[in-house]
Amino acid sequence: MSHFERRCNKEEDLPVYLARPGSASQSASQSPRQKSYGMFSSVEGAFENKSIALESYCAQRKRSRSRGTGGPPGSRSNGPQARSFFGGTSAADSVRLCVSLPFHLVPQSDRLLIKGGRVVNDDLSFFADIYLEDGVIKQLGENLIVPGGVKIIEANGRMVIPGGIDVNTCLQKPYLGTQTVDDFFQGTKAALAGGTTMIVDHVTPQPGASLLQAFEKWQEAADKKSCCDYSLHVDIPHWHEGVKEELEVLVQEKGINSFQVYMAYKDLYQMTDTQLYEAFSFLKELGAVVLVHAENGDLIAQEQSKILGMGITGPEGHALSRPEELEAEAVFRAITLGNRVNCPVYITKVMSKSAADIVALSRKKGSVVFGEPITASLATDGTHYWSKNWAKAAAFVMSPPLSPDPTTPDHLNSLLACGDLQVVGSAHCAYSTSQKAIGKDNFTLIPEGTNGVEERMSFVWDKAVAVGKMDENQFVAVSSTNAAKIFNLYPRKGRIAVGSDGDIVIWDPDKMKTITAKTQQSAVEYNIFEGMECRGGPLVVISQGKIVYEDGKLHVQQGVGRFIPRKPFADYIYQRITMRSKTMAARGVSRGMYDGPVYDIPATPKYVTPAPSTKTSPAKNQPPPIRNLHQSNFSLSGAQVDDNVPRRSGHRIVAPPGGRSNITSLG
Amino acid sequence: MAERKVLPREDERCFLLSRLGADSPKPRVKLGGVFCSVQDAFDNKTLNFESFSPAPARRGARGRAEEPHTPPGLADCSQHSTSTVTARGSDHLIIKGGKIVNDDQSFYADIYIEDGVIKQIGENLIVPGGAKIIDAYGHIVIPGGIDVNTRLHAPFLGMNPADDFYHGTQAALAGGTTMIIDHVLPEPGTSLLAAFDQWRDLADKSSCCDYSLHVDITRWHEGLVEELEALVKDKGVNSFLIFMAYKDKFQSTDTQMYEAFGVLRDLGAIAQVHAENGDIIEEEQKKLLDLGITGPEGHVLSHPEEVETEAVFRAITIAKQANCPLYITKVMSKSAADVIAQARKKGMVVYGEPITASLGTDGSHYWSKNWAKAAAYVMAPPLNPEPGTSDYLNSLLSCGDLQVTGSAHSTFTTAQKAVGKDNFTLIPEGTNGIEERMSVIWEKAVVAGKMDENEFVAVTSTNAAKIFNLYPRKGRIAVGADADIVIWNPKEARIFSAKSHNSTVECNIFEGMECRGSPAVVISQGKVVLEAGKLNVTEGSGRFVPRKSFPDFVYKRIKARTRMADARGVPRGQYDGPVHDVISATKSVPPTPTGRGPTCPGKAQITPARNLHQSGFTLSGTQMDDHIPRRTAQRIVAPPGGRSNITSLS
Repeated sequence: MSHFERRCNKEEDLPVYLARPGSASQSASQSPRQKSYGMFSSVEGAFENKSIALESYCAQRKRSRSRGTGGPPGSRSNGPQARSFFGGTSAADSVRLCVSLPFHLVPQSDRLLIKGGRVVNDDLSFFADIYLEDGVIKQLGENLIVPGGVKIIEANGRMVIPGGIDVNTCLQKPYLGTQTVDDFFQGTKAALAGGTTMIVDHVTPQPGASLLQAFEKWQEAADKKSCCDYSLHVDIPHWHEGVKEELEVLVQEKGINSFQVYMAYKDLYQMTDTQLYEAFSFLKELGAVVLVHAENGDLIAQEQSKILGMGITGPEGHALSRPEELEAEAVFRAITLGNRVNCPVYITKVMSKSAADIVALSRKKGSVVFGEPITASLATDGTHYWSKNWAKAAAFVMSPPLSPDPTTPDHLNSLLACGDLQVVGSAHCAYSTSQKAIGKDNFTLIPEGTNGVEERMSFVWDKAVAVGKMDENQFVAVSSTNAAKIFNLYPRKGRIAVGSDGDIVIWDPDKMKTITAKTQQSAVEYNIFEGMECRGGPLVVISQGKIVYEDGKLHVQQGVGRFIPRKPFADYIYQRITMRSKTMAARGVSRGMYDGPVYDIPATPKYVTPAPSTKTSPAKNQPPPIRNLHQSNFSLSGAQVDDNVPRRSGHRIVAPPGGRSNITSLG
Repeated sequence: MAERKVLPREDERCFLLSRLGADSPKPRVKLGGVFCSVQDAFDNKTLNFESFSPAPARRGARGRAEEPHTPPGLADCSQHSTSTVTARGSDHLIIKGGKIVNDDQSFYADIYIEDGVIKQIGENLIVPGGAKIIDAYGHIVIPGGIDVNTRLHAPFLGMNPADDFYHGTQAALAGGTTMIIDHVLPEPGTSLLAAFDQWRDLADKSSCCDYSLHVDITRWHEGLVEELEALVKDKGVNSFLIFMAYKDKFQSTDTQMYEAFGVLRDLGAIAQVHAENGDIIEEEQKKLLDLGITGPEGHVLSHPEEVETEAVFRAITIAKQANCPLYITKVMSKSAADVIAQARKKGMVVYGEPITASLGTDGSHYWSKNWAKAAAYVMAPPLNPEPGTSDYLNSLLSCGDLQVTGSAHSTFTTAQKAVGKDNFTLIPEGTNGIEERMSVIWEKAVVAGKMDENEFVAVTSTNAAKIFNLYPRKGRIAVGADADIVIWNPKEARIFSAKSHNSTVECNIFEGMECRGSPAVVISQGKVVLEAGKLNVTEGSGRFVPRKSFPDFVYKRIKARTRMADARGVPRGQYDGPVHDVISATKSVPPTPTGRGPTCPGKAQITPARNLHQSGFTLSGTQMDDHIPRRTAQRIVAPPGGRSNITSLS
């Protein structure tokens, strides 16, 4: 059964399994063993409460349903049909899925039973079987009663985790007319091979272009090519009043709840603090999450011209012109702005120790801020910028750059493990060497971006879990659950529970792999993790209830990925924000009117006319002095011969007619 | 003795040096050990004393020019500008029996002062007759305070502060401060030199104590470089203030700050920063006014602590990039102080200056029902509403994380403040504190046991003298130093009140605060100006003290780092692999102005380099099949010689 049928049947389905826990016949006969019942039922019950509202997680019900049923004619004509596979075959048979024949729908083919796995969620691990049907987890427990003819996967006690969510990819980012070599097909293929079953990609409109159009362009491309579920962030390249309408439409109709603003890229994407303040205020009203690219663009521009002036043109100039401090500074500023506006701030790409420390520190002070380290910052460092091999050095170019401090990955992993950083992305934005070579004589022209979507889960496991910093539950939290919560995908994604999507990974904690460009899925020729050994990896990856990766072989299908709309006001974030809005309201002091003497400001002839400057906001120039109408026309103000002789303060006071009243007395 | 005075200065110096070997007027042997080292150390320094004035030729000229408007009754004690001095009984002072406290040590000794300079220190001094004897038994004798931050003339909306140079310096002397450094605030877009001259004129006429000047850079542009150079090299100014607040008025963008810092570093000056994020403040002000909050509490609500902290952090980052020493004026909150302390621990050359108000009181008064009282506290950055702040700042001051104390004395009368009675953004900003500074620190830090008397001297005068290159002429009691001396009574308590203070404002923000410790006698330029509670000042007696660039205390480290910090490129062979063909992007719109204030022209976007070998025909541009990704191989311009090893991906 394909997913759109599930959607149509959803309403009918729901009462059935809602009724289940209450119905005595089932619980008596088919319930899990008593021993594990206690542990498990709480989870099940907890979830079912939530799953009632599942449908409402799609921002626009009608739209999402119609998208499911009809779909854009070109994009998913053969999607659902082609996605089916032979459920009954037990042997791993690569042929069956590589051929994308329009199979006749076999209802059983969508049914999967994962037996004997240890289900690991972010809160607890337990042994249970999982029964998947129609791309959704239908049953969870032991001794499940399942229809015949299901495909059974023996997990043999291995970890069964929710599929990873990569919250930061750029699979269609244009650069000077070229595009990343990993498009939605290549990129999602790589994601699935690494155990990531959902990506959230960045829509990057050109400054001045329509956000909505860009969004639609991205959605169309992704619908056609994506192999796994996806959602989209929209970048705001330029803040102006006109953007507001589009943002409103995006949030309320298109299912977008996260927008990125830039503090870097001067004269291109960069926003001033005033613009950031306005953007934050507006996005907060919409209930969206603000993603911030945090680097001080003004200083970068200065450093770049300085370093180019020194004759440094290689990739090391990229790292030299974007020192760690500039990242930390911008993170600090973004958080300050977020605090002032009372808006949740999400720092994309935490690349340095100091930036991470600032995120951690401000969380301790109560700020609603989230930090996202990425695969590259967790696994490697910026010493490679000094490589003698230009192509290698250029492959590492991304911004903020990798920190040259080799202890950075360790530190970031520690913070990730203790919860100071919350989410892991990949910032996968792969350019080929020839594209990178656009900047061969000028590092500022090197397109920015590294790979990482495929390696993400494995490196978190290798660097954090395998060394004992993190447990498996926290691993699930940082690789998927937290992301799902922050971006309001939870509990549909990021959890193994009844009613959740069938995005599941069977994880092998001991799988050893050497990362190399030769075996990767990404199309890029240079893998920045080249030669690194990595422990842990996916054994089986199930996306939308179907096996897409098994025995080292991928069976993906272009265009099956669905757009997952996200509603605004994610509870995980906005509960706190809403409470604070209520309590933080500023209140004035009620005082009587001040009726003491008021100094009379002369219309100062000494003031030169404000020199012309390209100010954008003429709001607070010289505020016009308040003119006291009781004052006589004769005044000693204005430029006088004796202006340089200081006057005693008493001179120019306009004495009030009624004398001084108590309110101004200095008692 | 008198004829020794008539000797030319050169000879006198030799005489002083040779005296070290002579055995007649020697201090007791016991104390000699402690004291000699100080004297020696100092004498070495006094050798280049003359060089402390930036332009010797000019100084001579100034010295002559100064003479006319020096009141005749006043002794000209500028030893450096006059080669001969007539002996005058009133100029001889001997301070007996006090404990001399410098920033490094305390010891008992007498001080002999002549011509405004300390001539001898020790016990059983041989001094000429007729010297006035000041009894300092039971008191400590400390270098006169240096108040590094005053605004005695800076206008706000055309209003000049109520305390001008005369009243301000009078109040300073009454509180034990014998030197101030005032801020020159030029109107944006006007000449810095002209403003500097205006301030000098005024201060020369009316200042009662020695002074020096900071110059504020109210609008940065490239054309200022010459003026800055003139100020540093000819005028004796080595510190400049840049504003990060006051949007559309004084505020500088990050780019401007970076440029300014670079120039100031090359000149050997110190960059001071008024650290607050003006963008956020303006937005907050709008929001609060919209909410109907117009009283002084709106001021503190619109200038929250974080906004200060953020700016301090940013300023430090920029200074780090520019490798420029940074000085944060008016540290008002815990978190801002913490940021400075942390940056110092990371090796930054950064100094923090808490002020009297932030050390002595807090911002809870902004919510006072009495408008006049609430308005009196209005200053930026505002006082922190949290009452623990002053204790915290005192602790950091004691442990050396903060170094200098100022007063930010800039007073406006209640009538002046009332200009903003319906709109807090119009309330002129500034509080008093010049007179209370020393006593507040004594009470809050020394009496509280956080700080010893030496550290007290360090934070009230020595550190300031070192940072601003006045040391050892100011900030130390040693032979050859200026005779700016305070005899401090550590026990006498006094209560601050607008009724008894020397400032002209009718509201003292420290009203009712009791402080133990106050000056018993204040000596400025070798003359007693405060004794037995009576001030005896002369308007116009204050001299401008020029300051040379590249203060050792600050710049030794900066210089070393400049040598170290040279970034080097990686020598590589030329990349000769395939290069993706770039089309001149037609989609890009003209760059939108960014930046935090007035943008400076001339920093346009870097346009992508155009490949001239490219043929006119290209498949680039928007095409029908643009949404279909291309494999990388398609648009590669293959190099004629094939791929070389340098690009091979081993």
